[in-house]
Amino acid sequence: MGEEEKFDAIIIGAGPAGTACAYVLAKEGKNVLLIERGVSAGSKNVTGGRLYTYALELVEPGLHSEAPLERKVIREQIMMLGKKSAVTIDYLDYTFKEEVPQSYSVLRAPFDEWFAGKAEEQGAMVASGILVDDLLFEGNKVIGVKAGEDEMYADVVIAADGINSFMAQKAGLRSDLTGHMVGVGVKEVIELPAEIIQDRFNVASDEGTARMIIGCTEGIQGGGFLYTNKDSVSLGIVFSPENAAKQGKSIHEIYQDFKMHPAIYPLIRDGNTVEYGAHLVPESGWRGVPQKLYRDGFIVTGDAAGFCINTGTILRGIDLAIVSGVAAARAVIEAKDGSTVGTSYMRELEQLGLIPTMKLFAGWPDIVAIPRMAETYPHLANDALRFMFTVDGTVPEKMPKAMRAIVKKHVSMGQLIADGWKGVTSI
Amino acid sequence: MTVKKQGAEELLGVNKFSVDEEEPHIVIDKSICAKCKDKPCLVICPAVLYTLKDGEINFDYAGCLECGTCRVMCTNKGIVKWTYPRGTFGVAFRYG
Repeated sequence: MGEEEKFDAIIIGAGPAGTACAYVLAKEGKNVLLIERGVSAGSKNVTGGRLYTYALELVEPGLHSEAPLERKVIREQIMMLGKKSAVTIDYLDYTFKEEVPQSYSVLRAPFDEWFAGKAEEQGAMVASGILVDDLLFEGNKVIGVKAGEDEMYADVVIAADGINSFMAQKAGLRSDLTGHMVGVGVKEVIELPAEIIQDRFNVASDEGTARMIIGCTEGIQGGGFLYTNKDSVSLGIVFSPENAAKQGKSIHEIYQDFKMHPAIYPLIRDGNTVEYGAHLVPESGWRGVPQKLYRDGFIVTGDAAGFCINTGTILRGIDLAIVSGVAAARAVIEAKDGSTVGTSYMRELEQLGLIPTMKLFAGWPDIVAIPRMAETYPHLANDALRFMFTVDGTVPEKMPKAMRAIVKKHVSMGQLIADGWKGVTSI
Repeated sequence: MTVKKQGAEELLGVNKFSVDEEEPHIVIDKSICAKCKDKPCLVICPAVLYTLKDGEINFDYAGCLECGTCRVMCTNKGIVKWTYPRGTFGVAFRYG
Protein backbone atom coordinates (compact mmCIF):
# COMPACT_ATOMS: atom_id res chain seq x y z
CA MET A 1 0.00 0.00 0.00
CA GLY A 2 1.72 3.16 -1.20
CA GLU A 3 1.92 6.25 0.96
CA GLU A 4 0.46 8.27 -1.87
CA GLU A 5 -2.88 6.56 -1.61
CA LYS A 6 -5.29 8.34 0.66
CA PHE A 7 -8.68 6.92 1.53
CA ASP A 8 -11.87 8.82 2.23
CA ALA A 9 -12.19 6.64 5.32
CA ILE A 10 -10.25 3.90 7.08
CA ILE A 11 -12.34 1.72 9.34
CA ILE A 12 -10.68 -0.38 12.04
CA GLY A 13 -12.57 -3.61 12.68
CA ALA A 14 -14.95 -5.56 10.41
CA GLY A 15 -17.63 -6.25 13.00
CA PRO A 16 -21.19 -5.01 12.50
CA ALA A 17 -20.34 -1.34 13.20
CA GLY A 18 -17.33 -1.18 10.91
CA THR A 19 -18.88 -3.19 8.11
CA ALA A 20 -22.18 -1.26 8.15
CA CYS A 21 -20.13 1.92 7.90
CA ALA A 22 -18.00 0.55 5.05
CA TYR A 23 -21.08 -0.68 3.20
CA VAL A 24 -22.89 2.66 3.27
CA LEU A 25 -19.76 4.64 2.38
CA ALA A 26 -18.78 2.33 -0.47
CA LYS A 27 -22.29 2.42 -1.86
CA GLU A 28 -22.00 6.20 -1.95
CA GLY A 29 -18.85 5.79 -4.03
CA LYS A 30 -16.39 6.60 -1.26
CA ASN A 31 -12.94 5.11 -1.23
CA VAL A 32 -13.00 2.93 1.91
CA LEU A 33 -10.50 0.64 3.58
CA LEU A 34 -11.92 -1.81 6.14
CA ILE A 35 -9.16 -3.39 8.24
CA GLU A 36 -9.75 -6.61 10.18
CA ARG A 37 -7.21 -8.29 12.49
CA GLY A 38 -8.78 -11.74 12.21
CA VAL A 39 -7.96 -14.10 9.40
CA SER A 40 -11.49 -13.33 8.19
CA ALA A 41 -14.23 -10.99 9.40
CA GLY A 42 -16.07 -12.55 12.34
CA SER A 43 -13.26 -14.82 13.44
CA LYS A 44 -12.62 -12.71 16.55
CA ASN A 45 -16.20 -12.04 17.47
CA VAL A 46 -18.58 -13.69 19.90
CA THR A 47 -22.17 -12.77 20.67
CA GLY A 48 -25.03 -14.27 22.68
CA GLY A 49 -26.62 -13.79 20.24
CA ARG A 50 -29.40 -12.13 18.53
CA LEU A 51 -29.70 -9.49 15.83
CA TYR A 52 -32.63 -7.08 15.83
CA THR A 53 -33.41 -6.90 12.15
CA TYR A 54 -34.36 -3.22 11.79
CA ALA A 55 -30.68 -2.28 11.94
CA LEU A 56 -29.75 -4.39 8.93
CA GLU A 57 -32.73 -2.91 7.08
CA LEU A 58 -31.32 0.53 7.82
CA VAL A 59 -28.17 -0.41 5.92
CA GLU A 60 -30.15 -1.68 2.93
CA PRO A 61 -33.80 -2.74 2.86
CA GLY A 62 -34.13 -6.46 2.13
CA LEU A 63 -30.57 -7.27 3.17
CA HIS A 64 -31.74 -9.57 5.98
CA SER A 65 -33.37 -11.98 3.51
CA GLU A 66 -30.01 -13.06 2.12
CA ALA A 67 -28.05 -12.90 5.40
CA PRO A 68 -26.86 -16.15 7.02
CA LEU A 69 -29.12 -15.69 10.03
CA GLU A 70 -30.30 -18.59 12.19
CA ARG A 71 -33.90 -18.61 13.46
CA LYS A 72 -36.67 -16.00 13.70
CA VAL A 73 -37.17 -15.45 17.41
CA ILE A 74 -40.83 -15.90 18.36
CA ARG A 75 -40.44 -17.27 21.87
CA GLU A 76 -39.09 -14.83 24.45
CA GLN A 77 -38.42 -16.48 27.79
CA ILE A 78 -37.25 -15.54 31.23
CA MET A 79 -36.06 -18.38 33.41
CA MET A 80 -35.41 -18.22 37.14
CA LEU A 81 -33.44 -21.15 38.44
CA GLY A 82 -33.74 -22.69 41.88
CA LYS A 83 -31.38 -25.43 43.06
CA LYS A 84 -33.44 -28.23 41.53
CA SER A 85 -36.32 -26.24 40.08
CA ALA A 86 -37.08 -23.48 37.64
CA VAL A 87 -39.74 -20.89 36.91
CA THR A 88 -40.00 -20.03 33.23
CA ILE A 89 -42.05 -17.25 31.71
CA ASP A 90 -42.71 -18.02 28.07
CA TYR A 91 -43.96 -15.24 25.83
CA LEU A 92 -44.94 -16.49 22.38
CA ASP A 93 -45.62 -13.90 19.68
CA TYR A 94 -46.15 -14.85 16.04
CA THR A 95 -46.21 -11.20 14.97
CA PHE A 96 -42.46 -11.25 15.67
CA LYS A 97 -41.97 -13.34 12.51
CA GLU A 98 -44.24 -11.40 10.16
CA GLU A 99 -42.84 -9.58 7.08
CA VAL A 100 -39.49 -8.35 8.33
CA PRO A 101 -39.09 -10.54 11.42
CA GLN A 102 -38.21 -8.56 14.54
CA SER A 103 -35.08 -10.52 15.38
CA TYR A 104 -33.00 -13.54 14.47
CA SER A 105 -30.62 -15.68 16.45
CA VAL A 106 -27.19 -15.31 14.90
CA LEU A 107 -23.71 -16.81 14.89
CA ARG A 108 -21.17 -14.12 14.31
CA ALA A 109 -18.44 -15.89 12.37
CA PRO A 110 -20.66 -16.67 9.35
CA PHE A 111 -22.68 -13.47 9.68
CA ASP A 112 -19.76 -11.04 9.91
CA GLU A 113 -17.92 -12.75 7.08
CA TRP A 114 -21.00 -12.53 4.85
CA PHE A 115 -21.58 -8.87 5.81
CA ALA A 116 -17.98 -7.90 5.04
CA GLY A 117 -18.38 -9.65 1.69
CA LYS A 118 -21.44 -7.50 0.98
CA ALA A 119 -19.45 -4.34 1.78
CA GLU A 120 -16.76 -5.57 -0.56
CA GLU A 121 -19.39 -6.03 -3.31
CA GLN A 122 -20.30 -2.38 -2.82
CA GLY A 123 -16.69 -1.47 -3.48
CA ALA A 124 -15.07 -1.34 -0.04
CA MET A 125 -11.54 -2.67 0.20
CA VAL A 126 -11.43 -5.32 2.95
CA ALA A 127 -7.97 -6.08 4.37
CA SER A 128 -8.09 -9.10 6.71
CA GLY A 129 -5.34 -10.45 8.91
CA ILE A 130 -3.96 -6.99 9.68
CA LEU A 131 -3.70 -5.65 13.22
CA VAL A 132 -3.73 -1.87 13.48
CA ASP A 133 -1.08 -0.91 16.04
CA ASP A 134 -1.45 2.82 16.23
CA LEU A 135 -3.04 5.99 14.96
CA LEU A 136 -1.13 8.58 12.92
CA PHE A 137 -1.47 12.21 13.93
CA GLU A 138 -0.68 15.54 12.33
CA GLY A 139 -0.98 18.08 15.08
CA ASN A 140 -4.31 17.37 16.71
CA LYS A 141 -5.75 15.63 13.71
CA VAL A 142 -5.88 11.87 13.16
CA ILE A 143 -4.63 11.31 9.61
CA GLY A 144 -4.27 7.56 9.34
CA VAL A 145 -3.26 4.28 10.92
CA LYS A 146 -0.10 2.27 11.39
CA ALA A 147 0.00 -1.51 11.04
CA GLY A 148 3.46 -3.00 11.44
CA GLU A 149 5.65 -1.09 9.00
CA ASP A 150 2.71 0.09 6.90
CA GLU A 151 1.21 3.53 7.18
CA MET A 152 -2.17 4.24 5.61
CA TYR A 153 -3.85 7.62 5.34
CA ALA A 154 -7.45 8.82 5.27
CA ASP A 155 -9.62 11.90 5.77
CA VAL A 156 -11.40 10.13 8.59
CA VAL A 157 -10.46 7.13 10.73
CA ILE A 158 -13.34 5.21 12.28
CA ALA A 159 -12.71 3.05 15.34
CA ALA A 160 -14.93 -0.02 15.26
CA ASP A 161 -12.42 -2.15 17.11
CA GLY A 162 -14.69 -3.53 19.80
CA ILE A 163 -15.05 -3.16 23.52
CA ASN A 164 -11.34 -3.14 24.38
CA SER A 165 -10.92 -0.29 21.83
CA PHE A 166 -7.24 0.49 22.07
CA MET A 167 -7.80 2.99 19.26
CA ALA A 168 -10.27 5.11 21.26
CA GLN A 169 -7.71 5.00 24.08
CA LYS A 170 -4.87 6.05 21.79
CA ALA A 171 -7.06 8.92 20.58
CA GLY A 172 -7.38 10.01 24.21
CA LEU A 173 -11.16 9.66 24.19
CA ARG A 174 -11.32 6.84 26.70
CA SER A 175 -9.29 5.40 29.53
CA ASP A 176 -8.99 1.64 29.81
CA LEU A 177 -11.99 -0.33 31.03
CA THR A 178 -12.56 -1.07 34.69
CA GLY A 179 -14.21 -4.15 36.17
CA HIS A 180 -17.54 -2.52 36.96
CA MET A 181 -18.01 -1.29 33.37
CA VAL A 182 -18.07 -4.74 31.81
CA GLY A 183 -19.45 -8.24 31.96
CA VAL A 184 -17.47 -11.26 30.84
CA GLY A 185 -19.51 -13.62 28.74
CA VAL A 186 -18.65 -17.30 28.32
CA LYS A 187 -20.50 -19.49 25.88
CA GLU A 188 -20.59 -22.89 24.29
CA VAL A 189 -22.06 -23.56 20.87
CA ILE A 190 -23.66 -26.99 21.17
CA GLU A 191 -24.67 -28.81 18.00
CA LEU A 192 -28.00 -30.62 17.90
CA PRO A 193 -30.15 -31.83 15.01
CA ALA A 194 -32.68 -29.18 13.89
CA GLU A 195 -35.67 -31.48 14.58
CA ILE A 196 -34.55 -32.05 18.15
CA ILE A 197 -34.23 -28.30 18.72
CA GLN A 198 -37.71 -27.80 17.28
CA ASP A 199 -39.16 -30.50 19.57
CA ARG A 200 -37.40 -29.36 22.73
CA PHE A 201 -38.29 -25.69 22.28
CA ASN A 202 -41.65 -26.17 20.63
CA VAL A 203 -40.89 -24.13 17.51
CA ALA A 204 -41.19 -24.70 13.75
CA SER A 205 -38.21 -25.11 11.45
CA ASP A 206 -37.71 -21.37 10.89
CA GLU A 207 -38.60 -20.29 14.43
CA GLY A 208 -36.47 -19.90 17.51
CA THR A 209 -36.30 -19.16 21.20
CA ALA A 210 -34.36 -16.58 23.17
CA ARG A 211 -34.06 -17.16 26.88
CA MET A 212 -32.62 -14.98 29.62
CA ILE A 213 -31.75 -16.88 32.79
CA ILE A 214 -31.19 -15.65 36.34
CA GLY A 215 -30.24 -17.62 39.40
CA CYS A 216 -27.47 -19.44 37.56
CA THR A 217 -24.40 -17.47 38.66
CA GLU A 218 -24.00 -18.70 42.26
CA GLY A 219 -24.84 -15.23 43.51
CA ILE A 220 -22.47 -13.35 41.23
CA GLN A 221 -24.05 -10.39 39.48
CA GLY A 222 -24.96 -11.52 35.98
CA GLY A 223 -27.19 -13.92 34.12
CA GLY A 224 -27.39 -16.67 31.58
CA PHE A 225 -28.70 -16.85 28.06
CA LEU A 226 -29.80 -19.46 25.59
CA TYR A 227 -30.47 -18.95 21.89
CA THR A 228 -31.57 -21.60 19.44
CA ASN A 229 -29.71 -21.58 16.14
CA LYS A 230 -30.58 -23.68 13.08
CA ASP A 231 -28.69 -26.74 14.24
CA SER A 232 -27.05 -25.63 17.43
CA VAL A 233 -27.81 -23.95 20.72
CA SER A 234 -25.81 -21.01 22.11
CA LEU A 235 -25.67 -21.37 25.89
CA GLY A 236 -23.75 -18.99 28.10
CA ILE A 237 -23.47 -16.76 31.15
CA VAL A 238 -22.37 -13.15 31.52
CA PHE A 239 -20.65 -12.46 34.86
CA SER A 240 -19.60 -9.27 36.56
CA PRO A 241 -15.84 -9.91 36.74
CA GLU A 242 -15.55 -7.61 39.75
CA ASN A 243 -18.14 -9.66 41.62
CA ALA A 244 -16.68 -12.95 40.44
CA ALA A 245 -13.23 -12.00 41.69
CA LYS A 246 -14.56 -11.72 45.25
CA GLN A 247 -15.31 -15.43 45.49
CA GLY A 248 -13.14 -18.46 44.95
CA LYS A 249 -14.72 -20.44 42.15
CA SER A 250 -13.64 -20.11 38.53
CA ILE A 251 -16.32 -18.66 36.24
CA HIS A 252 -15.55 -21.51 33.90
CA GLU A 253 -16.57 -24.00 36.56
CA ILE A 254 -19.71 -22.07 37.55
CA TYR A 255 -20.71 -22.17 33.89
CA GLN A 256 -20.03 -25.91 33.67
CA ASP A 257 -22.24 -26.54 36.72
CA PHE A 258 -24.97 -24.39 35.16
CA LYS A 259 -24.83 -26.55 32.02
CA MET A 260 -25.55 -29.59 34.16
CA HIS A 261 -28.48 -28.00 36.05
CA PRO A 262 -31.48 -30.38 35.92
CA ALA A 263 -33.56 -27.70 34.15
CA ILE A 264 -30.85 -26.91 31.56
CA TYR A 265 -29.17 -30.22 30.77
CA PRO A 266 -32.22 -31.87 29.13
CA LEU A 267 -32.23 -29.03 26.59
CA ILE A 268 -28.68 -29.77 25.42
CA ARG A 269 -28.45 -33.51 26.12
CA ASP A 270 -26.77 -35.56 23.36
CA GLY A 271 -25.46 -32.35 21.87
CA ASN A 272 -21.90 -31.84 20.79
CA THR A 273 -19.91 -28.80 21.89
CA VAL A 274 -18.22 -27.36 18.83
CA GLU A 275 -16.87 -24.11 20.28
CA TYR A 276 -16.05 -22.42 23.56
CA GLY A 277 -15.95 -18.64 23.36
CA ALA A 278 -15.66 -15.63 25.63
CA HIS A 279 -16.04 -11.90 25.18
CA LEU A 280 -16.49 -8.72 27.19
CA VAL A 281 -19.82 -6.89 27.14
CA PRO A 282 -20.35 -3.20 27.99
CA GLU A 283 -22.57 -3.16 31.11
CA SER A 284 -22.84 0.51 32.12
CA GLY A 285 -25.21 1.61 29.38
CA TRP A 286 -25.25 5.32 28.63
CA ARG A 287 -23.09 6.11 31.68
CA GLY A 288 -20.30 4.00 30.21
CA VAL A 289 -20.25 5.89 26.92
CA PRO A 290 -17.23 8.22 26.73
CA GLN A 291 -18.03 11.91 27.09
CA LYS A 292 -16.64 12.58 23.65
CA LEU A 293 -16.90 10.12 20.76
CA TYR A 294 -14.82 12.04 18.24
CA ARG A 295 -11.89 14.27 17.61
CA ASP A 296 -10.57 15.88 14.46
CA GLY A 297 -10.53 13.15 11.80
CA PHE A 298 -11.66 10.38 14.13
CA ILE A 299 -14.90 8.81 15.39
CA VAL A 300 -15.74 5.87 17.66
CA THR A 301 -18.58 3.40 16.98
CA GLY A 302 -20.20 0.21 18.32
CA ASP A 303 -18.85 -1.58 21.38
CA ALA A 304 -15.80 0.70 21.24
CA ALA A 305 -18.20 3.53 22.11
CA GLY A 306 -19.92 1.40 24.78
CA PHE A 307 -23.21 1.17 22.89
CA CYS A 308 -25.16 -1.56 24.66
CA ILE A 309 -28.55 -1.83 26.36
CA ASN A 310 -29.55 -4.50 28.87
CA THR A 311 -33.04 -4.25 30.35
CA GLY A 312 -33.23 -7.80 31.66
CA THR A 313 -35.58 -8.80 28.83
CA ILE A 314 -33.85 -7.02 25.96
CA LEU A 315 -30.15 -7.19 25.20
CA ARG A 316 -29.03 -4.91 22.41
CA GLY A 317 -25.54 -4.54 21.04
CA ILE A 318 -25.24 -5.67 17.44
CA ASP A 319 -28.12 -3.48 16.27
CA LEU A 320 -26.72 -0.43 18.03
CA ALA A 321 -23.33 -1.15 16.48
CA ILE A 322 -24.86 -1.24 12.99
CA VAL A 323 -26.85 1.95 13.61
CA SER A 324 -23.71 3.74 14.83
CA GLY A 325 -21.82 2.50 11.76
CA VAL A 326 -24.52 3.95 9.51
CA ALA A 327 -24.43 7.20 11.50
CA ALA A 328 -20.66 7.37 11.04
CA ALA A 329 -20.97 6.77 7.31
CA ARG A 330 -23.61 9.47 6.92
CA ALA A 331 -21.42 11.86 8.89
CA VAL A 332 -18.47 11.21 6.60
CA ILE A 333 -20.70 11.77 3.56
CA GLU A 334 -22.10 15.04 4.97
CA ALA A 335 -18.96 16.51 6.44
CA LYS A 336 -16.80 18.81 4.39
CA ASP A 337 -13.67 17.69 6.19
CA GLY A 338 -12.48 15.73 9.19
CA SER A 339 -12.97 18.62 11.59
CA THR A 340 -16.78 18.65 11.27
CA VAL A 341 -17.33 14.89 11.00
CA GLY A 342 -17.66 14.43 14.77
CA THR A 343 -20.52 16.86 15.25
CA SER A 344 -22.30 15.40 12.20
CA TYR A 345 -21.87 11.94 13.73
CA MET A 346 -23.45 13.00 17.02
CA ARG A 347 -26.36 14.58 15.16
CA GLU A 348 -26.91 11.35 13.20
CA LEU A 349 -26.79 9.24 16.38
CA GLU A 350 -29.43 11.52 17.83
CA GLN A 351 -31.62 11.43 14.70
CA LEU A 352 -31.39 7.66 14.33
CA GLY A 353 -32.65 7.33 17.88
CA LEU A 354 -29.57 5.66 19.33
CA ILE A 355 -28.66 8.33 21.87
CA PRO A 356 -32.26 9.00 22.98
CA THR A 357 -32.81 5.25 23.49
CA MET A 358 -29.61 4.82 25.45
CA LYS A 359 -30.50 7.81 27.62
CA LEU A 360 -33.96 6.35 28.24
CA PHE A 361 -32.40 3.20 29.68
CA ALA A 362 -29.57 5.02 31.47
CA GLY A 363 -30.70 3.94 34.94
CA TRP A 364 -31.37 0.30 34.16
CA PRO A 365 -27.88 -1.01 34.94
CA ASP A 366 -28.72 -0.18 38.58
CA ILE A 367 -31.50 -2.79 38.54
CA VAL A 368 -29.24 -5.44 37.05
CA ALA A 369 -26.75 -4.52 39.78
CA ILE A 370 -29.13 -5.11 42.69
CA PRO A 371 -27.18 -7.85 44.51
CA ARG A 372 -30.30 -9.92 45.21
CA MET A 373 -31.24 -10.17 41.52
CA ALA A 374 -28.64 -12.87 40.90
CA GLU A 375 -29.83 -15.39 43.48
CA THR A 376 -32.19 -14.23 46.22
CA TYR A 377 -35.15 -13.25 44.05
CA PRO A 378 -34.95 -16.22 41.65
CA HIS A 379 -34.83 -18.57 44.65
CA LEU A 380 -37.71 -16.72 46.29
CA ALA A 381 -39.82 -17.13 43.15
CA ASN A 382 -39.07 -20.85 43.10
CA ASP A 383 -40.00 -21.28 46.76
CA ALA A 384 -43.27 -19.39 46.24
CA LEU A 385 -44.20 -21.58 43.27
CA ARG A 386 -43.17 -24.73 45.16
CA PHE A 387 -45.63 -23.82 47.91
CA MET A 388 -48.40 -23.21 45.39
CA PHE A 389 -47.89 -26.58 43.69
CA THR A 390 -47.07 -28.78 46.68
CA VAL A 391 -49.50 -31.43 47.94
CA ASP A 392 -48.25 -33.86 50.59
CA GLY A 393 -51.35 -34.72 52.56
CA THR A 394 -50.63 -32.38 55.46
CA VAL A 395 -52.76 -29.34 56.23
CA PRO A 396 -51.07 -26.47 54.41
CA GLU A 397 -50.52 -23.07 55.93
CA LYS A 398 -52.76 -20.24 54.87
CA MET A 399 -51.46 -18.64 51.71
CA PRO A 400 -50.68 -15.12 53.05
CA LYS A 401 -48.84 -16.51 56.07
CA ALA A 402 -46.87 -18.96 53.97
CA MET A 403 -45.92 -16.30 51.46
CA ARG A 404 -44.80 -13.92 54.17
CA ALA A 405 -42.62 -16.67 55.62
CA ILE A 406 -41.07 -17.42 52.22
CA VAL A 407 -40.29 -13.77 51.59
CA LYS A 408 -38.84 -13.40 55.08
CA LYS A 409 -36.62 -16.44 54.60
CA HIS A 410 -34.89 -14.74 51.66
CA VAL A 411 -35.02 -11.02 52.23
CA SER A 412 -35.76 -8.47 54.95
CA MET A 413 -38.61 -6.03 54.56
CA GLY A 414 -36.10 -3.18 54.49
CA GLN A 415 -34.16 -4.77 51.64
CA LEU A 416 -37.34 -5.44 49.74
CA ILE A 417 -38.47 -1.83 50.02
CA ALA A 418 -35.00 -0.53 49.12
CA ASP A 419 -34.82 -2.76 46.03
CA GLY A 420 -38.36 -1.83 45.00
CA TRP A 421 -37.53 1.83 45.38
CA LYS A 422 -34.34 1.37 43.38
CA GLY A 423 -36.32 -0.40 40.68
CA VAL A 424 -38.88 2.37 40.42
CA THR A 425 -36.36 5.21 40.47
CA SER A 426 -34.01 3.53 37.98
CA ILE A 427 -36.72 3.06 35.40
CA MET B 1 -19.58 -37.21 22.17
CA THR B 2 -22.43 -35.94 24.25
CA VAL B 3 -22.32 -32.63 26.04
CA LYS B 4 -21.00 -32.90 29.60
CA LYS B 5 -19.14 -31.01 32.28
CA GLN B 6 -15.73 -30.34 30.81
CA GLY B 7 -12.45 -28.83 31.90
CA ALA B 8 -11.29 -25.66 30.18
CA GLU B 9 -8.37 -27.37 28.48
CA GLU B 10 -10.64 -29.99 26.95
CA LEU B 11 -13.09 -27.34 25.77
CA LEU B 12 -10.35 -25.19 24.26
CA GLY B 13 -9.38 -28.27 22.31
CA VAL B 14 -12.46 -27.89 20.11
CA ASN B 15 -11.50 -24.32 19.16
CA LYS B 16 -9.27 -23.33 16.29
CA PHE B 17 -6.08 -21.51 17.26
CA SER B 18 -3.09 -20.27 15.34
CA VAL B 19 -0.51 -19.65 18.04
CA ASP B 20 2.12 -16.97 17.46
CA GLU B 21 5.15 -18.87 18.71
CA GLU B 22 7.48 -15.90 18.22
CA GLU B 23 5.60 -13.18 20.01
CA PRO B 24 3.38 -13.73 23.08
CA HIS B 25 0.61 -11.14 23.10
CA ILE B 26 0.27 -11.20 26.89
CA VAL B 27 3.26 -11.10 29.23
CA ILE B 28 3.18 -11.24 33.02
CA ASP B 29 5.86 -10.28 35.53
CA LYS B 30 5.84 -13.10 38.06
CA SER B 31 7.67 -11.00 40.66
CA ILE B 32 4.72 -8.57 40.71
CA CYS B 33 2.21 -11.45 40.73
CA ALA B 34 4.03 -12.99 43.70
CA LYS B 35 3.17 -9.89 45.75
CA CYS B 36 -0.46 -9.76 44.58
CA LYS B 37 -2.79 -11.03 47.27
CA ASP B 38 -6.03 -10.90 45.27
CA LYS B 39 -5.05 -12.88 42.17
CA PRO B 40 -8.41 -12.31 40.43
CA CYS B 41 -6.92 -13.86 37.28
CA LEU B 42 -7.30 -17.32 38.85
CA VAL B 43 -11.10 -17.15 38.74
CA ILE B 44 -12.04 -14.63 36.03
CA CYS B 45 -10.19 -16.03 33.01
CA PRO B 46 -12.83 -17.98 31.03
CA ALA B 47 -10.10 -20.20 29.62
CA VAL B 48 -8.48 -20.77 33.06
CA LEU B 49 -5.05 -19.91 31.66
CA TYR B 50 -3.81 -18.52 34.97
CA THR B 51 -3.04 -21.26 37.46
CA LEU B 52 -1.09 -21.59 40.70
CA LYS B 53 1.84 -23.95 40.80
CA ASP B 54 3.79 -24.18 44.06
CA GLY B 55 2.40 -20.79 45.01
CA GLU B 56 3.56 -19.17 41.76
CA ILE B 57 1.31 -17.88 38.96
CA ASN B 58 1.64 -19.89 35.77
CA PHE B 59 0.29 -18.47 32.55
CA ASP B 60 -0.06 -19.81 29.05
CA TYR B 61 -1.18 -17.42 26.29
CA ALA B 62 -1.77 -20.22 23.79
CA GLY B 63 -5.45 -20.85 24.60
CA CYS B 64 -6.38 -17.18 24.99
CA LEU B 65 -9.88 -16.22 23.82
CA GLU B 66 -8.77 -12.54 23.63
CA CYS B 67 -11.63 -11.24 25.77
CA GLY B 68 -9.52 -8.81 27.83
CA THR B 69 -10.97 -9.69 31.25
CA CYS B 70 -7.56 -10.39 32.83
CA ARG B 71 -6.21 -7.01 31.74
CA VAL B 72 -9.26 -5.20 33.07
CA MET B 73 -9.14 -7.04 36.41
CA CYS B 74 -5.36 -7.05 36.94
CA THR B 75 -5.32 -4.23 39.46
CA ASN B 76 -1.78 -4.85 40.68
CA LYS B 77 -0.43 -4.67 37.13
CA GLY B 78 1.34 -8.02 36.98
CA ILE B 79 0.25 -8.10 33.35
CA VAL B 80 2.95 -5.96 31.81
CA LYS B 81 1.85 -6.43 28.22
CA TRP B 82 -1.62 -7.06 26.81
CA THR B 83 -2.15 -6.58 23.10
CA TYR B 84 -4.15 -8.45 20.53
CA PRO B 85 -2.11 -11.14 18.76
CA ARG B 86 -0.46 -10.06 15.52
CA GLY B 87 -2.73 -10.20 12.46
CA THR B 88 -4.11 -13.71 11.61
CA PHE B 89 -2.77 -15.20 14.88
CA GLY B 90 -4.72 -16.26 17.96
CA VAL B 91 -8.18 -17.75 18.23
CA ALA B 92 -10.29 -18.10 15.07
CA PHE B 93 -13.94 -18.51 15.99
CA ARG B 94 -15.85 -20.61 13.44
CA TYR B 95 -19.24 -20.01 15.06
CA GLY B 96 -18.92 -16.97 17.31
